[in-house]
Amino acid sequence: MSAKLKNKGVVPSITVPEGGKWVTTARQTAADLLSETGLPHRRDEYWKYTDPSTLTAPEATPAAIFESDEALPFADVDAVKIVFVDGVYDAAQSDALELAGVEIETLADAAQKDIHWAGSVYGVLEGRGQNPVSRPLASYNTAMAEQGFVIRATGKAAKPVSFIYLHESETSDAVIHHTIKLDEGADLTVLENGPAAARINAVMEVEVADKAAFHHVRAQGRDHERRTATHIFTRLGTESSFKSFTLTVNGVLTRNDAIIEFTGDDAHATVAGACAGDGAFHHDDTVFVTHDAVNCESRQVFKKVLRNGAVGVFQGKILVKPDAQKTDGYQISQGLLLDEDSTFQAKPELEIYADDVACSHGSTVGAIDETALFYLTSRGIPHKEAQDMLTLAFLGEAIDEVEDETLADDLRALLEGWMARRHG
Amino acid sequence: MLEIKNLHVELEDEDKQILKGVNLTVESGKVHAIMGPNGSGKSTLSYVLSGKDGYEVTDGSAELEGTDILDMEPEERAAAGLFLAFQYPVEIPGVGNMTFLRTAVNAQRKARGEEELSAAEFLKVVREKAKSLKIDADMLKRPVNVGFSGGEKKRNEILQMAMLEPKMCILDETDSGLDVDAMKLVADGVNALRDAGRSFLVITHYQRLLDHIKPDVVHIMADGKIVKTGGPELALEVENNGYTDILAEVA
Repeated sequence: MSAKLKNKGVVPSITVPEGGKWVTTARQTAADLLSETGLPHRRDEYWKYTDPSTLTAPEATPAAIFESDEALPFADVDAVKIVFVDGVYDAAQSDALELAGVEIETLADAAQKDIHWAGSVYGVLEGRGQNPVSRPLASYNTAMAEQGFVIRATGKAAKPVSFIYLHESETSDAVIHHTIKLDEGADLTVLENGPAAARINAVMEVEVADKAAFHHVRAQGRDHERRTATHIFTRLGTESSFKSFTLTVNGVLTRNDAIIEFTGDDAHATVAGACAGDGAFHHDDTVFVTHDAVNCESRQVFKKVLRNGAVGVFQGKILVKPDAQKTDGYQISQGLLLDEDSTFQAKPELEIYADDVACSHGSTVGAIDETALFYLTSRGIPHKEAQDMLTLAFLGEAIDEVEDETLADDLRALLEGWMARRHG
Repeated sequence: MLEIKNLHVELEDEDKQILKGVNLTVESGKVHAIMGPNGSGKSTLSYVLSGKDGYEVTDGSAELEGTDILDMEPEERAAAGLFLAFQYPVEIPGVGNMTFLRTAVNAQRKARGEEELSAAEFLKVVREKAKSLKIDADMLKRPVNVGFSGGEKKRNEILQMAMLEPKMCILDETDSGLDVDAMKLVADGVNALRDAGRSFLVITHYQRLLDHIKPDVVHIMADGKIVKTGGPELALEVENNGYTDILAEVA
């Protein structure tokens, strides 16, 4: 219990939204927990490097809309597109919620019912993730969320589900909660992109049953002033697979939590991220992987490029329980600082109670490789372009974790375009 | 083509003078060799000419076709026609060899106001040139120099030179780490590029490379200066007698 919030912060007075029995139970449980823990504070162990005050403030700090005529990420991917505007589902802009092998329903609809399969996931995985580390922003989300989807994959989905989060109001404050369940052998890809709102608190719970495979690729919006707190909670069954990748460019504050729990043997999980920050940019990846099954493999790969005072944070933990033999846990976090004003903080943690495991972690921070830079410029490549090539190469190692080649190429092209335009 | 006058260079970080008045003129279409013992300043000369950070020119000048290059950025020198084949080619993970080559070729063309090569045009040229250097498709696809053998790295340098078609080529100990066959392959690549409008400055410890790349002029460098200049026979003298005799003679 050591990482419980030590300094109980403000306890918000909240009244959970009305709904059916299953969702009311889940919401009330989360609200009760929140009233016990209070909101996070800078003095809490996992908020030491990131100030949560603007995430916990009663009102969202207004954020200017980022104007761009670029195509949205994944625009060419054939997918069921679901659009949110300022955190509210917009059916008119979205595709029909029809996908072979997948049931898609709004949280609002599901919440009307007294009994729903989502009751076995909503607030359940999040609740499991509250121990040993409290996650009050996720509790708040579970208690209050009325927006989001409940998705159940019963087989191999014919195409991805793509969430598009548009930001149109400068003061919008969004709470979105997705509940996803993959039945045995199912296969589903979920894409997400966009800033969503001036401030967003997003939770995604993903139950991956035996032999199922979940893929998640996310491009967080480029609005400079947006504030984002996300949690992904997943529980993995036997021989299942979970892969999540996040690309972040811009955003004054981003905190991405991933809480992964292995409960079935021979499963695999990868959580990876690439971010590029310039100026007022604070980006925090906090990962907690619990191995509680035999012969599972987990990978954490995070790369951050920072300049003009941008701050990158990585907190990654691998917990291997006594019976989780043959665990293979890998973790790498790297910061590339393009100037002396930027900062990268890394806190890798391994806690291992099994004796037959292979866990490794590495964390590096450094400047651009001057030798490589000279080599490129000596061939006639202009300095900035050469620096971009090396930066992309650095971030590319995280993008390599994306299994789908087309999506990975999309991400590389996005980054390349953004960098090229910066010199404009 | 290249005219170096009274070039004095210090290391930026420490107060140490490396070049102490180098005078050297390489005419168009000629191959000059610079030989010399370790620490004589040969590699420093190549780095200073190509614009590497960390050196301070305290006196003298270096002109390429009448233009002072010492104030130029490395990429500007490259676009002006200067090329350095590195003694230790740099490994660049994450950057594909082909992407690197195309970016470099097109950056130089752009800097010179020429039209960029299309992907198809580029591919055709690079395949042809790679073939003569026995560089296979796999080496072109891999990240720049990553996992390349010593010989592969040097061949890759010559491929870059062939693609960029520079006017002034500096080869810094290109023979180091090469076996006889690899050296011959590299030398053939260099010889194929010999041309009335292109000059070479071949920096080497040993005479053996000069059996394959026949120089017009040979310079001996010692303690930051050119101490002796002669014809190809000077290289043989080094081979037979070592540097000691020559240095004693000029001292």
